[in-house]
Amino acid sequence: MINQVYRLVAPGMIEVSCTQPDITGKTLLRPVMLSICKADQRYYLGNRSAEALHKKLPMSLIHECVARVVLDPTDTFKKGDIVVPVPNIPTEDDDIIAENYRRSSHFCSSGYDGFLRDYIDLAPDRVVKVPDGIDLRIAAFSELISVAVHAVSRFEKFSHKRKNSIGVWGDGNVGFITALILRAVYPESKILVFGTVYEKLNYFAFADETYHVDSVPKDLKVDHAFECVGGEASKYAVNQIIDHINPEGSVGLMGVSESPVGINTRMVLELGLNLFGSSRSGKADFERTMDILSSDKQIAGYLENLIANEITIRTVKDIHTAFQRDIHTGFGKTVMKWEK
Amino acid sequence: MVFAAIFAGGSGTRMGNIDTPKQYLELGNRPIIIHTIEKFFVNDRIDEIVVLCPKSWVAHTKDLIKKFIPAGKKVTVIPGGKTRNGTLENAISFINENYEVEDDTVLVTHDAVRPFLTHRIITENVDCALKYGACDTVIPATDTIVESGDGKTISNIPDRSKMYQGQTPQSFILKDLENVLLSLTEDEKAVLTDACKIYTLKNKPVHLVEGEVFNIKITYPYDMKVAATLLKGKESDD
Repeated sequence: MINQVYRLVAPGMIEVSCTQPDITGKTLLRPVMLSICKADQRYYLGNRSAEALHKKLPMSLIHECVARVVLDPTDTFKKGDIVVPVPNIPTEDDDIIAENYRRSSHFCSSGYDGFLRDYIDLAPDRVVKVPDGIDLRIAAFSELISVAVHAVSRFEKFSHKRKNSIGVWGDGNVGFITALILRAVYPESKILVFGTVYEKLNYFAFADETYHVDSVPKDLKVDHAFECVGGEASKYAVNQIIDHINPEGSVGLMGVSESPVGINTRMVLELGLNLFGSSRSGKADFERTMDILSSDKQIAGYLENLIANEITIRTVKDIHTAFQRDIHTGFGKTVMKWEK
Repeated sequence: MVFAAIFAGGSGTRMGNIDTPKQYLELGNRPIIIHTIEKFFVNDRIDEIVVLCPKSWVAHTKDLIKKFIPAGKKVTVIPGGKTRNGTLENAISFINENYEVEDDTVLVTHDAVRPFLTHRIITENVDCALKYGACDTVIPATDTIVESGDGKTISNIPDRSKMYQGQTPQSFILKDLENVLLSLTEDEKAVLTDACKIYTLKNKPVHLVEGEVFNIKITYPYDMKVAATLLKGKESDD
């Protein structure tokens, strides 16, 4: 079959490519809605190293998507099923290392084509069914939700059981979703959110407390923390966490930074902190995400507030409009209704 | 119901010395006609597909479909007519004989030799046919169109901003299309080979659907080279 793939060929330039995917043993999906991630924006704007751009482009962007099954010769799914494609594609089995950390795994929209295409062909084990009743605009960014779910799942594995208070540093989309998932998983814990923009912190109404990072009470302590800041500001966030965390706490690092981050390791050692990295997600995280979304309607209600832009895509020009609009959106997600 | 009628009646006389009709030539990993059928096969707005090909190629076409197209949607192969209108009439007769045609039954007609059409083009054809009764897929003309009555001198140069190049699909409410064709005399049928043109002459509106520059018709050997080039480049990696 000839497929149309919309590839970023250079920052700000998208071209149509015609490909012939081998759909033998694959499930064929038609995107319904797609959502723009900050990682996509970094490619679109050219905010990656020249080396990375040279190595990875041309490539179609987008790894957040909800789709409809159009063909499944494997009979795993029914035609018309609403599903989410898992962008992480493992190439080998490993009993110890999770699929999203294997160096051999592929990731759609990072070195491999993302979901900005007319049809998506994936092995059926890379496809997760969306339960009935879930808002498709939210399902569109379930990959991002699964990243938070993955981080929380790792946290469950690594952290000690005292979880009276958990701090989330970062008032962006990742901070919002991570705090929300923590709220759902640990209803008894106090969730504290730390950010830099008062207007954004106001969105975290479900949190027990919110603080501007410049006015955190000196004696405030949390048992554990998540860093959802990324970039150059990661350094300040991680070091502030170290200043406000109780001994033997766990710190989940989720923010992506292009440069190395300086950390107060003396206090990490003294406090016996457990810093763990968390990146992307695997199929099990998508499945847990679907369980959470279908069982906790309140969470879905909060996530709906995260939808900042809804743009219908009929042409490549519309894709540019969506990315441009997303750049100027301070908080929330840009969702593209795919009619291309 | 929505039917796709794929016209594969070309004899290949324009493809240089190659005897095989152009729709059966290999493009990438399969014949052109299969690429085209696949696009309608995976589009959930299309209920059934009718392929109309030269009588002597019916068996071969059926074999190809069996080989490449999975189960899940009915694909029927029948002989086309001697002319484009004849092929269109065969498609309509087949549907009339085998199905109950409703007022909103749509026929999406497409050239087998345009394998690069997109999901959007098909979907918008169905939507437009249902909404307006008839539609044609076009792209804005990029070259200046020159009209010449005698083939020697220019008689007119139309305003390019109003000119479009016709592609396919062309889609219709089936009952309307049948009535329009029935209203033609045999002489008119011989001259009027484009169903949208017939609609226009009968003062029936035909809506425009935006095509794509790459929705090319593979007619000449040069087009095969263009088509092969369109499919080259960095392959999908997954």
